[in-house]
Amino acid sequence: MNRKLVVIGAGMASGRMLEHLFEAAPGQWDVTLFNAEPRGNYNRLMLSPVLSGDKTYDQIVTHDDAWYAAHGVTCRFGESVTAIDRDAQVVHGANGPVPYDALVIATGSAPFIIPVPGKDLPGVCTYRDLEDTNAMIEASRPGAKAVVIGGGLLGLEAAAGMAARGADVTVIHLMGHLMERQLDPAAGYLLQKDLEARGIRVHCQGVTKAILGTDRVEAVLLEDGTVYPADLVCMAVGIRPETRLANDAGLEVARGITVDDQMQTSDPAILALGECVEHDGQLFGLVAPLYDQARVLAATLAGQEAVFRPVQTATKLKVTGCDLFSAGDFTDAPGREDIVFRDPGRGIYKRLVLEGDRLVGAVMYGDTADGAWFFDKIRKGADITPDRDTLIFGPAFAGGAQADPLAAVAALPPEAEICGCNGVCKGQITAAITGGATTLDAVRGLTKASASCGTCTGLVEQVMALTLGDGFAANANPPMCKCTDHTHEDVRRLIKSMGLKSIPAVMQDLGWRTVGGCASCRPALNYYLIADWPAEYRDDRQSRFVNERNHANIQKDGTYSVVPRMWGGVTSAAELRAIADAADRYAVPMIKVTGGQRIDLLGVRKEDLPAIWADFNDAGMVSGHAYAKGLRTVKTCVGEQFCRFGTQDSTGLGIRLEKLLWGSWTPAKVKLGVSGCPRNCAEATCKDIGIVCVDSGFQISVAGAAGMDVRETVPLLTVPDADAVCDVVAAFVQLYRENARYLHRIYKWVDKVGLDWCRDQVADPAIRGALVARFAESQSIYQTDPWADHAARPAEWAPVADLTLRAAE
Amino acid sequence: MSMIDIAALDDIPRQGARVVRTPLGCVAVFRTADDHVFALDDRCPHKGGPLSEGIVHGAQVTCPLHGWVFDMATGSAQGADDGRVVTYAVRSENGRVLLDAAALSGRRAA
Repeated sequence: MNRKLVVIGAGMASGRMLEHLFEAAPGQWDVTLFNAEPRGNYNRLMLSPVLSGDKTYDQIVTHDDAWYAAHGVTCRFGESVTAIDRDAQVVHGANGPVPYDALVIATGSAPFIIPVPGKDLPGVCTYRDLEDTNAMIEASRPGAKAVVIGGGLLGLEAAAGMAARGADVTVIHLMGHLMERQLDPAAGYLLQKDLEARGIRVHCQGVTKAILGTDRVEAVLLEDGTVYPADLVCMAVGIRPETRLANDAGLEVARGITVDDQMQTSDPAILALGECVEHDGQLFGLVAPLYDQARVLAATLAGQEAVFRPVQTATKLKVTGCDLFSAGDFTDAPGREDIVFRDPGRGIYKRLVLEGDRLVGAVMYGDTADGAWFFDKIRKGADITPDRDTLIFGPAFAGGAQADPLAAVAALPPEAEICGCNGVCKGQITAAITGGATTLDAVRGLTKASASCGTCTGLVEQVMALTLGDGFAANANPPMCKCTDHTHEDVRRLIKSMGLKSIPAVMQDLGWRTVGGCASCRPALNYYLIADWPAEYRDDRQSRFVNERNHANIQKDGTYSVVPRMWGGVTSAAELRAIADAADRYAVPMIKVTGGQRIDLLGVRKEDLPAIWADFNDAGMVSGHAYAKGLRTVKTCVGEQFCRFGTQDSTGLGIRLEKLLWGSWTPAKVKLGVSGCPRNCAEATCKDIGIVCVDSGFQISVAGAAGMDVRETVPLLTVPDADAVCDVVAAFVQLYRENARYLHRIYKWVDKVGLDWCRDQVADPAIRGALVARFAESQSIYQTDPWADHAARPAEWAPVADLTLRAAE
Repeated sequence: MSMIDIAALDDIPRQGARVVRTPLGCVAVFRTADDHVFALDDRCPHKGGPLSEGIVHGAQVTCPLHGWVFDMATGSAQGADDGRVVTYAVRSENGRVLLDAAALSGRRAA
């Protein structure tokens, strides 16, 4: 006869506990699971992505009906428990009693409601469960006003989520800076600036006096008299353990339900875990210790020895674009010293707190890549005296090694924690990989590393790369070429941070192994330098691939093709006549219409190139850059001028975009399409950037492809007018120019950095403006017709000497 | 060996090449970053690509068509590729480039 287990509360801790239990003691327990919410276990950590629209509820369910059925769990969801009868060992639910041999209380926490007038008005919510999330989603219509009370982790995630949906959000925070429990004032200030840059208003030292409104919430009044209008108020000021059932049952309760090292309460038949418990005077809010409790509790039920020992935890904020990390203790105290690094230009702040020869705390903002390494040093209490000089620069500088992207992870010991949510250390991941898990999914399946909030995915991949070596190809990042160990990304970063402004300088300072590089790295370096130092660097023609050096495409027989620009695919009788004349004059063997709506003259001899260019220049035509890692074509349909379906002047917009973008060098070629209506005759949705005109405006989508890979574009932004299209497209192209690796088309780059990040950048008016300005600066130098330049010096295109004439003499 | 003055050294860009037309076909005359000069047939043994249009790195050139790499001093293909390009004697002197005429006059073909 199986024993009966009743679990009250289906949160993340109880779900994990049941998994461990069914693994440790399969078929020994009949489980009844109560949940006041009308659903089972889901990943509460992921409510923020649901709120911001990045995920749906279905994607965050951790245990579905099939799982409960397979494990024989009786689900009593949407039913609250009214009482626990300890003498009879029976739990009373709203729909009837259930006897138990063992009872697990996992009631979690309840949001703290500040006792101000108006707290019960409709439109006031907390941020705890799916109902709250849905209420905020519903209230976050573009232009709606939302006030979040509380500038801690949860409040800021709520604020960012609602802002991402278009709401006008104000955060009111009682303390002097945001997230004061995790951040020091400097990092809090940087965070506030970042949030304000994305349109979230932050009011620190704001004491809420009342929530105003008659039938529903209308505004929030502060003690200092400030009034913020509000259609929705989210209270996220803190949580308190939900202990009412335990109190009523007469269990020992301090702030939370008191449990021992085996997670047992004062009644041996009753155990508890999660945010509702207190262990050794400590409460728990982050997920990592809760998962530890789940493991210990399951072991206790299975009759195994296990002891709960809380570990230190580190914090990361799940708000896209806000990169912060904090761990340990960073309050000022006698005997403590700080090492601080600031780079205001890049918005980077790092602070290490030392006590004697040990690292006791770390706060990082803007660049958190070394967080795990510092966290490991804090937990180990390692003596940092030998590394103190370079400690703040992280593992890359420890031991004087050059910045190797994997060095930081390679330097971590096996017991270093990689996945904070699930408490998975590097050694477990390595063991899983050597045991045969060669994909990220397989590693996740075996260890749960990166399976909860996902922020450590990159680290897990790096451990895989280190362990598998060449065997890990999926997302491995190889060096740029055989001349160097640096990746493209490293080189781009170092060019900027070290101020390297010539190819020899890059090769010298980054330790190139070859003299003069190779045919692979030279064009890449030339591009990076052009993109990063448009005013200072001079294009190195000899580092260009032949097509870009000769401004024409080389063909298999050594002749070239010539493609004049036809703005938006529109030409004229005069241009066509000039093309026909040139074709006759230079005996062009083939004239072909291209897929990009222009005309290609194939089979031109190199020495004829300057003359044919001069002829085209005379007819008012310039290079079409059909050979360039740069703007190629802007394909258009005829639009409203002629088409009966056209909603906007798509041809005019295409020409305007082409005139804006032509001449710019990019990591790989860039093709645009502009369609005048959703019938999409210009095939805009398989271009690098596509614009589809609709009655109300312009849908800009990006990252399409129609080559080796075929991809449909994904929506970036919809804007109301052509001016905004030009700004967004220029900003997006500049973002691509500044960040992508050489030869990566836009879709590959977007795959790497994520569309959300791109959208955040170009949607932010300040960032967009800066990108547009930098693009304009570059265009002021590079938007020139190369044909005109070279046509003036035809001698360089002919043989330097002709010895056949000499022989004939 | 009779050397012909074919051009000024500065007619050839550093890390680049110019072509000399000869009775035996085109010869690519290369100039390295440190002003050494090399002369090779302007024809890759792989698919006939014009080596004069390749990227010059150190004393090597990469064919523009399919990326074969040649040592300009010996004419030998590098790495996994197997092949050799004919090289010609060439030197720079007082800012002029001198090429071995005998090998290129057409007599060698006989």
